[in-house]
Amino acid sequence: MSATYAYYPGCSGLGTSAEYDRSTRAICKALGVGLVDIPDWSCCGSTPAHTVDHVLSCALSARNIAQAETLDVAGIVTPCPSCLTNLKTASHRMRDDAFKGKVESLLGHPVENRLPVMSVLQLLAEAIGPDRVAGKVVRPLTGLRLAPYYGCIMNRPPEVMEFDDCENPVAMDRLMAALGAEVAPFALKVECCGASFGVARRDVVMKLSGKLLDAAEDVGAHAMVTACPLCQMNLDLRQGQINAANNARHDMPVFYYTQLIGKALGLGDESLMLDKLVVSPARVFHTMEEAQRAAFQRAESQGASVA
Amino acid sequence: MNTISLDASHDADFVRQVEAESGQNLSLCYQCGNCTAGCPYTSFYDIPVSQIMRLVQAGQRDTVLSCKSLWLCATCESCTTRCPNNIDVARIMDVLRHMARRAGHAPEPAIKAFWDSFLDSVKKHGRVFEMGVVAGYMLKTGRVLTDADLAKDMLPKGKLSFRPHPIVGRQSVIEIFKRYHEERKS
Ligand code: SF4
Ligand code: SF4
Repeated sequence: MSATYAYYPGCSGLGTSAEYDRSTRAICKALGVGLVDIPDWSCCGSTPAHTVDHVLSCALSARNIAQAETLDVAGIVTPCPSCLTNLKTASHRMRDDAFKGKVESLLGHPVENRLPVMSVLQLLAEAIGPDRVAGKVVRPLTGLRLAPYYGCIMNRPPEVMEFDDCENPVAMDRLMAALGAEVAPFALKVECCGASFGVARRDVVMKLSGKLLDAAEDVGAHAMVTACPLCQMNLDLRQGQINAANNARHDMPVFYYTQLIGKALGLGDESLMLDKLVVSPARVFHTMEEAQRAAFQRAESQGASVA
Repeated sequence: MNTISLDASHDADFVRQVEAESGQNLSLCYQCGNCTAGCPYTSFYDIPVSQIMRLVQAGQRDTVLSCKSLWLCATCESCTTRCPNNIDVARIMDVLRHMARRAGHAPEPAIKAFWDSFLDSVKKHGRVFEMGVVAGYMLKTGRVLTDADLAKDMLPKGKLSFRPHPIVGRQSVIEIFKRYHEERKS
């Protein structure tokens, strides 16, 4: 019954976030969501494009929208919030005919702009829903306490993104709860991690991502869970730099939410690529399994005393 | 903040141009400061975002276009989301950045170099080649060992791809950039 969607992987999925791309494909397959790659997709230009010119930026995204229109699909989905922003902004602004005309003239051909665009997170949260995901869980994540981090642009601005709450989104919280995980009240869900300034102004990322790690630790999270390749990279790959810069000692795994769904669905390492995480999750999985064993033993001994 | 002689330096054209390019009504801003309060980058800015709004209203073209804040704004959309008057502040910051670029300002040269090298990569391959972006950035800035400490984490994880992933329709992306540059010139 599930419809098929045009899938836009985004450039980082070919390199620094290969595990996000792989686990996204794996869980969609397991949940019965059909994905077809947009044929010969190109880069959306990410932030650099819209800092240069809005028509140029929208034309780069419109090329992909037009390529998706050649497929028989219900909509376009992407895992990456930065790609999502560019695709949605292009689609939103092209509702204005004059603007659409300018985009088409850079593109060199027309674009219909009829397909809805959404994140894979929105697709899972709305079209599949936490209940159906819960029904497929074979290895619950009971005992794992998570700080869900959405990043700044998945839900903002609300007029363009049209998904969840712009100050306190809950889609990922509900999916994680459906896996049996415990969701910590994480206040910085939509604060910026320092975006792509890691290379040119590392001090910015050290401060902003450092604050996120501090806050996650303060609410007693075992790990953070994200939906954004850039956030994941800043928090995980740069965690050592952050510790050195801020005199901190974080040892906080930073998962993609798709990896945790895959784990609870019982998918194998090949689909989840947990070994790509720089901060190893082995310790927190161990804590989780210990907690599960202890709970099981408690239940057994209670059962025995009742009987 | 410096004292400004408004009569002498008010540039009405600038105000009109920002309004036209951003599609926003600047006079709606009543300086509540919400945008600045929520801006995660304020501590790195030379001029806070609400003051930029005020300076634009006052037609202070040079002060605005030469400031560092424009280059440090991450388009996190906090200001836009929280403005009580529904002003798309982040879009105004973006438009000011476009104008600053056209006017030849680059007070944060490393950031500009990174973005430029990113777009060069898109233009060349159709998709971004991460290693190529970093190499291009090093060439532009002369900062050779940026992030060398990360390589030890990334290489064994296979997180860096050593080859670009060019697309079949590369030419169509090159054409988009070509038409863009032609339009800009005319
Ligand atoms: S939030 Fe809006 S009204 Fe308030 S200062 Fe910022 S731009 Fe002006
Ligand atoms: S979009 Fe830019 S100006 Fe607005 S809050 Fe974010 S960083 Fe600050």
